[in-house]
Amino acid sequence: MAKQVRAVVISGNGTNCEREVANACRLAGAEVVDIVHVAELLSGRVRLDDYHFLNLAGGFLDGDDLGSAKAGANRLCHAVVKDSTETLSDQLQRFIADGKLIMGVCNGFQLMTKMGLLPALGGDYRKQSATLTFNDGGRFEDRWCYLKVDSESPCIFTRGLDGIYLPVRHGEGKFVVESDLVLQEIEAKHLAVVKYSSAEYQSPVMEYPLNPNGSVAAIAGVCDETGRLFGLMPHPEAYLHRTHHPRWTREPELPEDGMGLLLYNNAVEYIRESLL
Amino acid sequence: MAWRIVVGLKDNVRDARGERVRREIREHLGIELRAVRTLDVYTVDAQLSEEEVATAAAGPFSDPIIQDYAINQPLADDFDVLVEVGYRPGVTDNVGRTAREAIQYQTGRDFAAEEGVYTSVQYLLSGDISVDDAERIARDFLGNGLIQRWDIVARADFDSIQGVSVTVPKVTSSTKPEICPVDLEISDDELMQISRQGMLALNLEEMKAIQLFFRQEKVLAARKQVGLGAMPTDAELEALAQTWSEHCKHKIFSALIEYEDDQGQKEVINSLFKSCIMQVTADVRKAKGDEDICLSVFKDNAGVIRFNDDWSLVFKVETHNSPSALDPYGGALTGIVGCNRDPFGTGMGARLMFNTDVFCFASPFYDKPLPPRLLHPRRIFEGVVEGVEHGGNKSGIPTVNGSLVFDERFAGKPLVYCGTGAIMPRMLNGKPCHEKKAVVGDRIVMAGGRVGKDGIHGATFSSEELHEGSPVTAVQIGDPITQRRMFDFLIIARDRGLYNAITDNGAGGLSSSVGEMSEDTGGFEMHLDRAPLKYSGLQPWEILISEAQERMTMAVPPEKLTEFSTLAAEMGVEITDLGQFTDSGYFHCLYQGETATYLPMEFIHDGVPQMVLSARWIPPTHQEPDFPQPSDMDATLRQMLGRLDICSKESVVRRYDHEVQAGTVIKPLVGVTNDGPSDAAVMRPLFDSFEGVVVAHGICPSYSDIDTYHMMANAIDEGLRNYVSVGGNIDHVAGLDNFCWCDPVASEKTPDGEYKAAQLVRANQALYNYCLAFGVPLISGKDSMKNDYMVGDTKISIPPTVLFSVIGKINDLRKAVTMDAKAPGDLVYLLGSTHDELGGSEYYAIHEKIGRNVPKVDAKNALQRYRTVNKAQEEGLLASCHDLSDGGLGVAMAETAFAGGFGLEVDLGKVPTDVAMREDKLLYSESASRLLVTIKPGNQKRFEDLFSDQVCACIGLVSGDEYLKIIGLQSKVMVHSTIDDLKEAWQSPLREM
Repeated sequence: MAKQVRAVVISGNGTNCEREVANACRLAGAEVVDIVHVAELLSGRVRLDDYHFLNLAGGFLDGDDLGSAKAGANRLCHAVVKDSTETLSDQLQRFIADGKLIMGVCNGFQLMTKMGLLPALGGDYRKQSATLTFNDGGRFEDRWCYLKVDSESPCIFTRGLDGIYLPVRHGEGKFVVESDLVLQEIEAKHLAVVKYSSAEYQSPVMEYPLNPNGSVAAIAGVCDETGRLFGLMPHPEAYLHRTHHPRWTREPELPEDGMGLLLYNNAVEYIRESLL
Repeated sequence: MAWRIVVGLKDNVRDARGERVRREIREHLGIELRAVRTLDVYTVDAQLSEEEVATAAAGPFSDPIIQDYAINQPLADDFDVLVEVGYRPGVTDNVGRTAREAIQYQTGRDFAAEEGVYTSVQYLLSGDISVDDAERIARDFLGNGLIQRWDIVARADFDSIQGVSVTVPKVTSSTKPEICPVDLEISDDELMQISRQGMLALNLEEMKAIQLFFRQEKVLAARKQVGLGAMPTDAELEALAQTWSEHCKHKIFSALIEYEDDQGQKEVINSLFKSCIMQVTADVRKAKGDEDICLSVFKDNAGVIRFNDDWSLVFKVETHNSPSALDPYGGALTGIVGCNRDPFGTGMGARLMFNTDVFCFASPFYDKPLPPRLLHPRRIFEGVVEGVEHGGNKSGIPTVNGSLVFDERFAGKPLVYCGTGAIMPRMLNGKPCHEKKAVVGDRIVMAGGRVGKDGIHGATFSSEELHEGSPVTAVQIGDPITQRRMFDFLIIARDRGLYNAITDNGAGGLSSSVGEMSEDTGGFEMHLDRAPLKYSGLQPWEILISEAQERMTMAVPPEKLTEFSTLAAEMGVEITDLGQFTDSGYFHCLYQGETATYLPMEFIHDGVPQMVLSARWIPPTHQEPDFPQPSDMDATLRQMLGRLDICSKESVVRRYDHEVQAGTVIKPLVGVTNDGPSDAAVMRPLFDSFEGVVVAHGICPSYSDIDTYHMMANAIDEGLRNYVSVGGNIDHVAGLDNFCWCDPVASEKTPDGEYKAAQLVRANQALYNYCLAFGVPLISGKDSMKNDYMVGDTKISIPPTVLFSVIGKINDLRKAVTMDAKAPGDLVYLLGSTHDELGGSEYYAIHEKIGRNVPKVDAKNALQRYRTVNKAQEEGLLASCHDLSDGGLGVAMAETAFAGGFGLEVDLGKVPTDVAMREDKLLYSESASRLLVTIKPGNQKRFEDLFSDQVCACIGLVSGDEYLKIIGLQSKVMVHSTIDDLKEAWQSPLREM
């Protein structure tokens, strides 16, 4: 057990990207990587407390039938773990309080936002202040996007990065906030970790298709004030190797490791330094 | 009482869905609206407190950041006409199901059986429109009368206190389930009346075979013992009709065909399926010997081939044409999630890895009057694309390869091909994973969704042309999430060895799945009353043949049933023990202890009389057209690039997640700006290996107007050509044939049946000859034989169409090649010879001609070329490789150039030909087996050495500028266009779809 980085990916009810997220964690060096069905968490056999790094992967929880991840958020908040009075949401709050890491990608980001885990201004992890809704184009889209990283962000996942190139694959990825004040606070605290940008990773862009969904302030992903909780619409687990890059056959200089892997490397490194 | 919760966006939030609806109403119907806003309505028919309803409305049903809600009062204001569209009773309502589950989580109580949540959408239309206009909008765009109902309320009539009145679309039925005998001792006319009225789709000969069977003494005696009389029960007749349907029995492919060719040569063919399809696979496997890649062919829900020593590949392609014609969204959604169940139900089960989709439509810009009951092609396009989008994306399966093919005749029936590939371990718990066997005593266990009237007569319906009485129940809506939960459960059950056999419930429902699986043991006993129902009032026969989706049937050993059901319950999957597999020799169903069917296995499976067909081949007499070469060849090239069959399908491709599972290494869109047309997909299925799976296809129905023999040959070659151009190993590839035909049985309705049957024979002859010549085994396929539309005097038959899908391997996917030009200075080569073969081509089509010179495939030369291309790829010699198909060399060069972002400079005089040809024909001939390749100058010698004894010519180079420059035969520049102009011509036609 000692000195092992333990990562978990929750699966079930429409989560789709659990295998590649688990692979990303393994490639980043996590010693234990488990894909755990939510039914196992609800049975009480597996507890979040036994892990350092929680991954909420992409997919369509419950078909996104009530709006993306809404029904999934409802389940985590209300379903009770067998033979206890605890919900999974309670386990999550303890996980956060323990200083551990959570990354939500796509549907996982939608889930975190709708549960109030992000941006969690003032450390209130139960109050929703932002959401993700239908793309301005009104359609699902699969498209690679350039993301400018805010180097002043507290986000531990993006440490040392200026820009990342990743695919978005969503119909409800437009980030909107409750009020201008919320946006100001997000910006002031550098919580808008990644923004859709031009290929040079310079300024954020609002124009389609570089900004694929019309997100306010071109926000593609946000973190909480500790930087340990991070959610984003683009898929880092979709770019782990150079052959994932859409132009690898014409760009021989691409490094062997994909840019998405760097986020997972940072997470594992942080855990090794701070949580073990 | 029923509660009504209305949810809408706050005033300052953009309604993207409403904007899209407004845009599409304009495109589809030409009605200009000022604005459209949308509201979601949940009608909650359950015992709940006011507080519980309020919590649901504020919690899972609405998003506080962007939405408001109202309970039992309207939210709508500021509109001219309101249209509310909801489902009819019994139609699958996925959102309603999720809403019910959400309330259950919240209250901690389960709903009672008759309680439910029903969803509908309110469209608030603003603009100068009448209620009649709104009715048209509802009928022709927002709703589909077969599955939906709508209320239309003008502003003046709107009750601002109550809103729209509550409708609870609950299924109510007062019919008592019973087993009814059917008297078959009647006249032939009356027999046929029973067949027609009961939607049995049995012909007179088949009805008489059933009549005769029930006259036998020994049959009577056996029936007496289980309490049945001399008459068949309704359930027995339905089970026979379903099992003997064209859809399940492939009667046309099994027919005895008397074929006469144009030379007067006669031949009797005993089953095209056996003599062509199965035979060529047997012959190819024998020829390959130790190199044979087949593991399981034609006997299971999908074909299985070897991938490597540890893993096997599974592939199946299905069609879902008739349902998609009636309800494009539901039909296509059901098509893709239904196709997913085939590989999942193959062997002991497989992990789903990719989807493919190929659609054949009439032009979305069709502007002629439509015959009755047909939906506009644009609506079909939109609905089908969205159905497959939801089915694929929500299931987490990447859609990696596909096509859109256009022909006006597809207005009569669209073709919707859905394919699914999967991967399974070579061995599972010590046994080959691609094998399975139910044993006597195993429990019959159904998992997944519940049984309703969904899809009843779907199997028989798909065996008929579209007509006025086509059943509403044939339309259904798939539920990817219920299926996903079931798959998550079953893959664990598989690995723990909790069942002996698995199959899907598709066409024919339990009758088919249990009927087929029980062939392992020789009988079964199934209690229909134990099946969980969506609503009461189903007759026993309806339970037996219902095609309600998202169900699989397993053979579970009794001692493992407890573990199986415990796991299922924990994972939220409903399972039911329906009975057991026996060796009684009987197809035995009971309802509340009474026998509903008691049919000998051999009669139900082998009792159908063989059909006899007559086929005569009289070749059509098209002439080669005579028109001068156009003077503006730049304009002609743009026109070609904008043809619907050729132009960019990016707007559709982007709507499909093509990289979930992180395995898609050659994506559908490639090139410098990620928007060039990839020839095929390459996937990496295993995280710890660089071995890749390659998937491609060929389809060319336009050649069928000349000769289906060459249509088939070209489809095979196109599939393989696409496969090879990305790097697929030509010696490790298998094919799947999916036939979509028009009715080839001569009758009053089909006076040209003999010709259509001859077309079928010729396509199969080509299938045999070319698969043998290429060494490609067929592993699976399907036929859909009645793709005709007939209402009144109007008949529309589709052009005979075969989709030839291929799956195979690339040993090292890091050597895969894409079609885009890579660098200025690279040399451009054309592999293969160009002939005067423009019959059925895109180029003749723009001149509204068919022509006679259909492309002919020389398999021997092609195979040598493809093997050499593989060698060049392995040595890393190819910078790009692109197949020549629709639009020939001209289109391929333009695509290679603009996908790469570099111009090309090419001399047409260097194109190898056997006879002198006009420049326009050189550019647009569709001669088979050709590839356009670019290479680095440094690789020239080695490359030319490899191809030294083949037709291979350096025709130009990748230039440093932005022009496609083509020098004509007189050394004059005949095409000089910027790649941006060409790309625009190629991208614009379907960009806004």
